Amino acid sequence: MTTTVNTGAVLEARDLKKHFPVTKGVLISKTTGWIKAVDGISFSIQPGETLGIVGESGCGKSTTAKMLLMLEEPTEGTILFQGSDISQSDAEARREYRSSVQAVFQDPWSSLNPRMRVRDLIAEPMIINLDISKSEVHERVEKLLSDVGLNPYHANLYPHEFSGGQRQRLAIARALSLNPKLIVLDEPVSALDVSIRAQIMNLLKDLQKEYNVSYMLIAHHLATVRYMCDWVAVMYLGQIVEFAAAKDLYDNPSHPYTQALMSAALPSHPDTVQDEIILTGEVPSPLNPPEGCRFHPRCPQAMDRCSVEIPKVTEISSGHVTSCHLY
Amino acid sequence: MINESSRQGDKVLEVNNLSTYFQTRWGTVKAVDGVSFDLSRGETLGIVGESGSGKSVTMLSLMQLVPTPPGRIVDGEIILDGQDLLQLNDDQMSKVRGSQIALIIQDPMTSLNPVFSIGNQVMEAVKIHQDIPKKSILDRALDVLRKVNIPAAETRIRDYPHQMSGGMRQRVVGAISISCQPSVLIADEPTTSLDVTIQAQYLKLLKELQVEQDLGLIFITHDFGVVAKMCDKVAVMYAGKIVEQGSVRDIFNNPSHPYTEALLASVPKLEEDVDRLYSIEGQPPTLHDLPQGCPFAPRCAYVMDRCREDYPTTIQVNDTHSAACWRLS
Repeated sequence: MTTTVNTGAVLEARDLKKHFPVTKGVLISKTTGWIKAVDGISFSIQPGETLGIVGESGCGKSTTAKMLLMLEEPTEGTILFQGSDISQSDAEARREYRSSVQAVFQDPWSSLNPRMRVRDLIAEPMIINLDISKSEVHERVEKLLSDVGLNPYHANLYPHEFSGGQRQRLAIARALSLNPKLIVLDEPVSALDVSIRAQIMNLLKDLQKEYNVSYMLIAHHLATVRYMCDWVAVMYLGQIVEFAAAKDLYDNPSHPYTQALMSAALPSHPDTVQDEIILTGEVPSPLNPPEGCRFHPRCPQAMDRCSVEIPKVTEISSGHVTSCHLY
Repeated sequence: MINESSRQGDKVLEVNNLSTYFQTRWGTVKAVDGVSFDLSRGETLGIVGESGSGKSVTMLSLMQLVPTPPGRIVDGEIILDGQDLLQLNDDQMSKVRGSQIALIIQDPMTSLNPVFSIGNQVMEAVKIHQDIPKKSILDRALDVLRKVNIPAAETRIRDYPHQMSGGMRQRVVGAISISCQPSVLIADEPTTSLDVTIQAQYLKLLKELQVEQDLGLIFITHDFGVVAKMCDKVAVMYAGKIVEQGSVRDIFNNPSHPYTEALLASVPKLEEDVDRLYSIEGQPPTLHDLPQGCPFAPRCAYVMDRCREDYPTTIQVNDTHSAACWRLS
């Protein structure tokens, strides 16, 4: 084991990178370029806290989630789980990691097996991973169902008999079944009806307290992120451009990209006055990211040095870091 | 009828008591049940509701695209520019649809045909609806593509949908819908599949087009943010009926129906920290099995005995603001 530094964090990512090869040719294929989906990001998640990742599509937030779930192998960098590097660990530790890091996905219609009863869906992870008796499994399924606000009789039903919000509750129960340390929430409410979203968000917050679990929330709705998260990372083209406590970030966005995102977010009242920073164009291809600061071609405050020099990460106030030449 | 519309001056669209029912094996589903609203030139109306509230069927009824059977418009009037659309036959309606009243649907990925170039698809609408010489059709197509800010429209016009990004495709859909200078444009959740920055660009574009062409714009949405940003007035739908209607400030400052009030309270805010969101318990009702009385009663915080018996009458809160709730009577 190379690194065993315990910072108290549940999970820490250090300089994480994921580059996908772009190949040409069918039989004799050769790599013509690399898509730098995630390009050197670092963050840590403390026990019982929620880290939000925001950014436009293609910024690398889903790839980051996949790496945390061990669905993608990082090209470079390390993921430290409770202080130990998971890429260096043995099969047993990896197995434990996989049960400690769970996920809830966006679409509760496709993430539950339609042929399994709710009882079996929720029990499946426990039967595979834990050495407990049938009656214990049964007991825990009932406890989990009541924790997520469903009734014991729901255990005998199939997923199609539930509404979207209820299905998302099932997905949450399933994710909680192994007492995980971290749950990756990938757009957990965006597929639900408006009147149901608040129910699920409140449920997630309550369960976080009860189970002392950390969340990593991926969402594009900025107000949802503010409500759910303690910390927020703003990603652009595979890099974190700003990282701060949620309140700090929303009250005092520093990076021009964060400012533009905030101004593009929809207001909560018709009289809300918003800065109008409408970004021109779209996110450039991660195949050829711009030189210097990756945001400079769209940045309303770009200077000459932005196209040449990569900005350093600067701490502008305690816990609030940004990478921009303005600071 | 013609007298009435000329009396109302700049009203471009008037919908009275529109009802669209579907025959299903569970019985009659009243997807839209006695909906009335109007729209003036240059005005934006937001129709807000959850899935199953009837907002999309309202939109399909306006365009007369309700699948028949099982659906049928059973009652009402849709008066566009002084003409009742429900009195028209299919041929006459095809002339109106796309030229006087146009539609932008939710998903730009599926609303364009992948095997035709975008130029072809923009020109198709112009060819069908406008009697202009062949040579100028291309100019017209280029013109609308420039209007929706497609860069290098001359070369992009030969592109196929897959060569464009989501935001760009949605703008092409917008170009098609304005190509015949409609008087009413319906946008059904036009930005849900777009990123926030692209969404802001698109909403700004719609606003500009509206001002330029004096369009009556109808936004079908579930997002109060879109309403706050874009709309002049709002109709809130629940279980096939409009439960509250008013100017955008009436709705946000003084929501009078408990459903509107609860919905507004359950949305997290960007500008402030909220300790705990209000959450509406229960599920939206299924339309073939509506409770007696007010359909919101089982989820309502202010429910009274009367609510479970009779559907509330619509009560005027002020000149422009009305709500259907017994609490107001």
